[in-house]
Amino acid sequence: MTNAIKAATTPARAEKTDRSGHGAAVRVDGVDIRFGSFHAVRDISLDIAAGEFLCLLGPSGCGKSTLLSALAGFVRPHQGSLTVDGTPVTGPDPELGMVFQSSEALFDWLTVRQNVAFGPRMRGRSRAEQAALADEYLGLVGLRHCADRYPAQLSGGMRQRVQIARVLANKPQVVLMDEPFGALDAQTRQVMQEEMARIWQASGCTVVFVTHDIDEAILLADRIAVMTAGPAASVKSVYPVDLPRPRDESDPAALELRRSLRQDIGEEVRKALRDQGLDTERDTELAPERSPELGPESGPEEER
Amino acid sequence: MTTVTVEATPKPRTERRALQATRLRLRTVALYAVSVLVGIGVWQLLAMSYGPSLVASPSATLSAAGELASDGTLTNSIIASARRILIGWGLGLLVGVPAGLFIGQIRLVRQLLEPYIEFFRFIPPIAFVTLAVVWLGIGESSKVVLIFYTAVFIVILNTSAGVMAVSESKLRAAASLGASRRQILRGVVLPSTVPYIITGARLAMGNSFLTIVSAEIVAAQVGLGALIWTSRNYGRIDWVFVGIITLGILGFVFDRVLRIVASRVLRRYGVKL
Repeated sequence: MTNAIKAATTPARAEKTDRSGHGAAVRVDGVDIRFGSFHAVRDISLDIAAGEFLCLLGPSGCGKSTLLSALAGFVRPHQGSLTVDGTPVTGPDPELGMVFQSSEALFDWLTVRQNVAFGPRMRGRSRAEQAALADEYLGLVGLRHCADRYPAQLSGGMRQRVQIARVLANKPQVVLMDEPFGALDAQTRQVMQEEMARIWQASGCTVVFVTHDIDEAILLADRIAVMTAGPAASVKSVYPVDLPRPRDESDPAALELRRSLRQDIGEEVRKALRDQGLDTERDTELAPERSPELGPESGPEEER
Repeated sequence: MTTVTVEATPKPRTERRALQATRLRLRTVALYAVSVLVGIGVWQLLAMSYGPSLVASPSATLSAAGELASDGTLTNSIIASARRILIGWGLGLLVGVPAGLFIGQIRLVRQLLEPYIEFFRFIPPIAFVTLAVVWLGIGESSKVVLIFYTAVFIVILNTSAGVMAVSESKLRAAASLGASRRQILRGVVLPSTVPYIITGARLAMGNSFLTIVSAEIVAAQVGLGALIWTSRNYGRIDWVFVGIITLGILGFVFDRVLRIVASRVLRRYGVKL
């Protein structure tokens, strides 16, 4: 099975035109997102090429997922525009597939095959087409033998592969992924990252991948956009990842990139912690108030 | 990789688990039996200390049941009451489930209907007995409507609570996979709500049994409720006991059947009972 996929992916990789023909260019222009008085994302602009793999990297709670929700059409930006191949995003769209962080997004009452065939079924494809698409994409993620099981009978990593197959079966131009491997154990996550690189190359779509894992971003991305700490997060810097695929983490260039990304994000995390009042300096200021004289024993006496 | 963990589940382990389950079930049955026997013992003691005019003893109740069964009264009562309950409860589900879906899904409908639901669910069916007879006569329909009334609100409330608890990521996933609003309602909201609907159906069944006696207060010739009321007029405490115990057993059987059928047929919707 793996051989068949390798055979299928190699020509797709060679013919770059074929790949970019399937993906779509995504343009984020001056996007501003607010929820009531909460300013989540401020003035973000990004140009993502057709067939590109872009990672959005940033500290947790910085609005990466919010931006992704806006790209998927779940959230409407307050200002600015989001376009896919020049067409504005106005709402959820099968051309914009979304892989959620939690496999709760799978339909528990449907088998794996029915989950993958859901998109084609909703769009009125014939039964034969549905079955063929489900088979094809379950094969791509290596789960054809699990087609008749229910999601609850699968491991976390397998469930995320079902989510990926379900999105790809719709043949979207853009795949949006919200920390899809964040809830997996370290070993499974590593395997899934390698799988992801292969699947992306086979499918040829544009991928916007949200993560807070620097190594994951280096392993997968063509470019990495680092975001500032929220609220009112924006894009801090964009790093191209000019490393050959498959990626090697111990490559000196990868290590160098990792160092600068760590430093860049570290600043943002420290800033976020300071905003949350978790700074060490403030901790020492608070310490004298909890002096031993005011221990729990003295409490009741004071009340009397 | 991950596939191995699932495929490698050894067979002996599942067999051991099955054996364990059987043992657990036997234990449950044994404990049920002990509990029932103790209950009958206590009942016997009470009957002995208070006498037959207040408490019919288990044996007296059993012979009264034989007496009522021999002339067909008991069977007819069970059939009449069960029929009213099943029709009223079934109509309650038939109306309550779609209503609950719409109330949960469409805010406008919710806002329009919520005041009525919040008003009527506090008025017990017995308060409507007189009106039901005046409006609908003394036939079957007045009883069925009272059962329907007691069933429908609890089904609506549970269904709409289920709709509002549907996971946001499932709804978003369906929308971005190309499902229309109607497809989402049928293909995602309804299946996700099934466990809530079943809970509503079970509670509604309980309510129906609570209501059947008051529904049969006035002008019912047959039925377990009617049996209880007419026995009072004849001063037959033992018949009252037969009616009460039969109601309890019937309710237990109905709930058991509902649970077994639901957990078999609707298992993939996450119904665990």
